[in-house]
Amino acid sequence: MTTDPRQEDLPRKVPGEAPALSIRHLSKRFGTSLVLNDVALDVMPGEVHGLLGQNGSGKSTLIKVLAGFHDPEPGAELLMYGEPAELPMPAGAARRLGISFVHQHLGLIPSLSVLENLLLGDLAAANLWRIDWRRETAKARETFARFGLDIDPRARIGDLPQVSRALVAIVRAFEDVRQHSAGGRGLLILDEPTPFLPKAGVDQLFGLVRGIVRAGASVIFVSHDIDEIREITDRATILRDGNLAGTVVSKTADHDQFIELIVGRRVSLYQADKPEFADKPVAVTIRNAKGGLVDDVSFDVRKGEIVGLTGLIGSGSDALPYLLYGAKPASGGTIEIAGSKSLPLSGLNPGSAMAAKIAFLPADRLGAAGVGSLTIADNMSLPVLSEFRSWSGLDWGAITDRARQLGQRYDVRPNRPELNLSALSGGNAQKVLMAKWLQTEPTLLMLDEPTQGVDVGARQHLFAALDSAAEKGTSILVASTDSEQLAQICHRVLVFARGRIVKELTGAEITKDRIAEECLRSMSSATLSEAA
Amino acid sequence: MSHVHTESSPTRMVPPKGSTRAPIQWARFAESYALVGALLILFLVFGFLKPQAFLSWANISTMLGSQAVLVLLTLALIIPLTAGDFDLSIAATLTMSAMTIAVLNAQMGIPLAGAAAVAIAMGAIIGCVNAGFILYFRIPSLIVTLGTGTFINGLVLWISNSNTISGIDPFLVTYVVVTRIFGIPLAFYYALGLCILLWYFFGFTAAGRRLLFVGRGREVARLSGIPVDRVRFAALVCSGVLSAITGMMYAGTIGAADPNSGNTFLLPAFAAAFLGATSITPGRFNAWGSLVAVYFLVIGITGLTMLGIDTFVQNLFYGGALVLAVALSQLVRKREAQDFS
Repeated sequence: MTTDPRQEDLPRKVPGEAPALSIRHLSKRFGTSLVLNDVALDVMPGEVHGLLGQNGSGKSTLIKVLAGFHDPEPGAELLMYGEPAELPMPAGAARRLGISFVHQHLGLIPSLSVLENLLLGDLAAANLWRIDWRRETAKARETFARFGLDIDPRARIGDLPQVSRALVAIVRAFEDVRQHSAGGRGLLILDEPTPFLPKAGVDQLFGLVRGIVRAGASVIFVSHDIDEIREITDRATILRDGNLAGTVVSKTADHDQFIELIVGRRVSLYQADKPEFADKPVAVTIRNAKGGLVDDVSFDVRKGEIVGLTGLIGSGSDALPYLLYGAKPASGGTIEIAGSKSLPLSGLNPGSAMAAKIAFLPADRLGAAGVGSLTIADNMSLPVLSEFRSWSGLDWGAITDRARQLGQRYDVRPNRPELNLSALSGGNAQKVLMAKWLQTEPTLLMLDEPTQGVDVGARQHLFAALDSAAEKGTSILVASTDSEQLAQICHRVLVFARGRIVKELTGAEITKDRIAEECLRSMSSATLSEAA
Repeated sequence: MSHVHTESSPTRMVPPKGSTRAPIQWARFAESYALVGALLILFLVFGFLKPQAFLSWANISTMLGSQAVLVLLTLALIIPLTAGDFDLSIAATLTMSAMTIAVLNAQMGIPLAGAAAVAIAMGAIIGCVNAGFILYFRIPSLIVTLGTGTFINGLVLWISNSNTISGIDPFLVTYVVVTRIFGIPLAFYYALGLCILLWYFFGFTAAGRRLLFVGRGREVARLSGIPVDRVRFAALVCSGVLSAITGMMYAGTIGAADPNSGNTFLLPAFAAAFLGATSITPGRFNAWGSLVAVYFLVIGITGLTMLGIDTFVQNLFYGGALVLAVALSQLVRKREAQDFS
């Protein structure tokens, strides 16, 4: 069993211990292209193992093979705790082997209670004729308590914050694994559980993951976020174009090493110049904006300035663009676009905001920003239809040409206007939606989490697009909790806490660490300012 | 989120950057015109089996003319359907309109123009009531229009005393079915005219595009500055008014109004709308698709009836077509999703 030389230097906690999961010679072919090429992966008992790679690197295919969803090419080997397991995996085998999955979409039913969701797996698999709800509730409470989680089993999933939902899904998966494998062994595969979580939520989730590996199980942790990988995992495997790019010990590999393994070349991160804006004219004046989580916010944005809005969850930084666009009701305040009269926020709606040359790209890409079942050309042309009126109605040739031109300019791949938006990857869909608004040449463009789920390469394109729009005079507000991204693109960053601006970072202060630090400090400073 | 070109469907290669136009997509073409092809095949089969009866110009023009009412009603229906709302009250509105004209014109002697104006206004009011309940109380359109449809049906039975009322001004009959061009009653040309109008509206006007976005993504539409509720309101009023106009045509085809027969149009209209959404512009409710779908169903039913099969075939055909059409359109969607995502 130790014929493979790579097995020799595995980080064993117990000498001679077999890996919880060992894959060898895993290949997968779709048609003519090889999406996995002789990939190997070892996960030790009690290890958190990172799995990284750009979109299309083969990591989801690998996970789908483990789930029994894809059949690998012949020759692949799978060992669980040293025991050979059958490949392709028969239906239900993953569960019997003690492998459990948590996907980004969690698989919870929002209208049912936490407890009902926890029992879902059992209810689906067996005919229970008498469910002892009292006993089950007590059991769930005990489970949550064991991991130090304060979640009420009777609460409705839909009423819980996103973080608690993720925690419930992970606890459910772990309990599933525990039931099906002896002595708390087993393997949990967390497929990008974090991108929709605020930083505090990520920490809580990591606490749970640590608790799970202490109990003896192993975890495969899939993420785009290198820092998260370095924080939570012991080792990480990086895939690139279906090949094994490398396995590294997470603590000792630095950020650049990871990026190089993922991308295969050194990317120079896009870095905007931090010019002085004091002499530029004020383009947007926001006064006393109030509503929802936002409590009295006033600031100016100068022409061509990119201003970041950030803060911990609930700080109101991400809610502000919705108020300024009239997408959510405001209780007070005004916005004034230079050269026109100031608009009361309470009477604003998206139509009148658009008329005032304000544009807004929400975070929910296929739910609020664009329609997946309509084409790229349809989506792009929506705000500018009046430009394409001709004597015979809308000029579809011109609409398609425009979409193709924009696609070229913003590097949409594939650049085929007739494709449905849902056919594109996250990054490319975002390019389309950004082009949709940039073509209107807004005075103020607001974006909420513009690079969520977007890979490193596409991010640089999006940033460059924002920067060139700013150079042409558009003022830009970026609401984001990704301090690295803010540091890269913003000329100024406003840190929010409890609905107010508590810190303004400019010039050389704008670094990833400083932004993150100010966010963490913001809560205490907000408390201080309230006391004062 | 993931770039699945390389992951799950890499065989479908993306044309190299710089290629300007995609080649003709045969699969898409076949899909778009499959229903037209099926219609032609059905026509040829029945023509072969019953050449004298089926292929006569009299039969063809009757088929075209007699189903113009169904075409009009289907076209009325696809407007709210595109906006994402069901309107189950269209057939009741049609009956209401026909009966209003009969009562006012034939019984009370009010001139035809006045009666027609009242009927059409009533259609608009029904649309407003539907929209009011749907938009103000946020009740699903399916429930509201199911209720209002039945309610209107009750009204029709009440004002007509459950009787068929005849004696409508022959002027209406003259300009609906008696006057013919190339042997086809005028009603068919009205349907054709509305078809062209809606085709243009859906495809070539900004309002038509907004309607589509409202149906596909309410939040996207709202955040793109479209007054979503106003668009849905307008769509429901349109279907009410067009259903009332269709009712006028229906009264014109028989010169009378009966309180029940109009209601049987509801299911065929839905069947045609959904079947039509699988062709011409697959995945979208569209005018030409609806027209083709109506005549596909009519040819099937007429042909089978001529072969001596009982009238129950009508229900088999319409009911079956509705479910199959929705199943087909689901397949279309799924295929789309698997294509590139």
